[in-house]
Amino acid sequence: MSALLFVIVVVATPTQNWLAYLAFFSILLLLVRLAKLPYRTVFIRSLVEIPFVLFALLMPFFGTGTKVDFLGIELYEAGLWAGAGIIAKGTIGVITAIILSGSTTAREILGGLEKLKVPAPLVSIATFMLRYLSVINDELGRMKIARESRGFEDRGLKSWPILAQTVGALFIRSYERGERVYLAMLSRGFVGAMPRLSEDKSTNWLVALILPGIAATVSLVTGALS
Amino acid sequence: MNSIPSLRINNLAYAYPDGHQALFGVNLEVKKGEKVALLGPNGAGKTTLVLHLNGIIATQHGSVSVGGTVVDARNKESLRHIRERVGIVFQDPDDQLFMPTVAEDVSFGPYNSGLRGAELERVTTDALSKVGMLEFRDRPPHHLSFGQRRRVAVATVLAMNPEILVLDEPSSNLDPASRRELAEILRSLDVTILMVTHDLPYALELCERSVILSGGVIAEDQPTAELFRKTELLATHRLELPFGFKA
Repeated sequence: MSALLFVIVVVATPTQNWLAYLAFFSILLLLVRLAKLPYRTVFIRSLVEIPFVLFALLMPFFGTGTKVDFLGIELYEAGLWAGAGIIAKGTIGVITAIILSGSTTAREILGGLEKLKVPAPLVSIATFMLRYLSVINDELGRMKIARESRGFEDRGLKSWPILAQTVGALFIRSYERGERVYLAMLSRGFVGAMPRLSEDKSTNWLVALILPGIAATVSLVTGALS
Repeated sequence: MNSIPSLRINNLAYAYPDGHQALFGVNLEVKKGEKVALLGPNGAGKTTLVLHLNGIIATQHGSVSVGGTVVDARNKESLRHIRERVGIVFQDPDDQLFMPTVAEDVSFGPYNSGLRGAELERVTTDALSKVGMLEFRDRPPHHLSFGQRRRVAVATVLAMNPEILVLDEPSSNLDPASRRELAEILRSLDVTILMVTHDLPYALELCERSVILSGGVIAEDQPTAELFRKTELLATHRLELPFGFKA
């Protein structure tokens, strides 16, 4: 939640306010340090951003309005700002997400969703997905091995019907597993309510607001200065 | 001391909605503390019988009672009570373990019967230590070996302190060491056990009494060791000891 608010504040800050962006980056670096995440991992994971960066780099070449001369190349000022904005905001968003996922287990995130009063069925679905993703993945792997052991080769369009059948079989198997899981739940007295994932019911709003709070202050102060 | 049997099945018959009849009048009584093997070839109706024991399949004809209480699938309140007393360990532990961590899964049953806080914690710890899986309490189930998952599955049911423990093919897919470990755990438990299996050596190892479900009825009911000497009788029910075994 804190991460989400932080990103919203960042996105709401005008791009021209470059001082604020400098501050945001320093805050994130500090967080990476606090979360004891290796910088290398953070860097490698943030490479998902590359397509957006490429797009942002193209932006100054297309546009209308004032032109600026940069090393003999004519660039559009609006595009330049927009591109810089995408890169800066994108990078901050991505790094924030990396810090969240790197410092928090999937379970804790589910517990967090529950605390934020996300509807119980949605949390349950996410919980089951977390549990059964690997089971279904293993099943798919076994089916792949079984296919190939009997001489199946993936040869483009021709093999699509077979692959479609695999997906169908996987669906049926998962569906049946769902039924068996439900029977097992009933057998242990399930009557419709899943246990809460975390006993701790207090939501620490104050702590959650620290990060976005700092960001908002920085944004406003630097905005007023320039 | 206690004369009420843990399980009493009277003349239980069942036909599937498509008309195929699986059970033709099953009679069985299991005394408190007894360990009984329910043997039978594939398709004999073993699983159907098991699902009757806690009212997942509603009784059509005859009756099932657990610790003196009749299983009535229409009575929600009594059904909840029955499901606390009949602990079924299903064949595939991946079906049984559906929560994110081992401890949460074990506490699922007791939670449903209303336990919270320290008491819930105590029951969970207790059940996990009975199967020797306490140190894995915070692990997600998919990080465990198959044998460990099966043991946790047993713990999920033990946590409910059942009157009778029903195990569906407990030895299937286990390597010899896991198989022995599970046998040691099952022997150490002071609880009535109905073990559904066609693993005859396992039945001999754990259960003093065996019944054969064949053709939808209890065809034989004898001390395990005696029954296993009757090779021809076993063969009529498509049961046989593995190569090299002699009872």
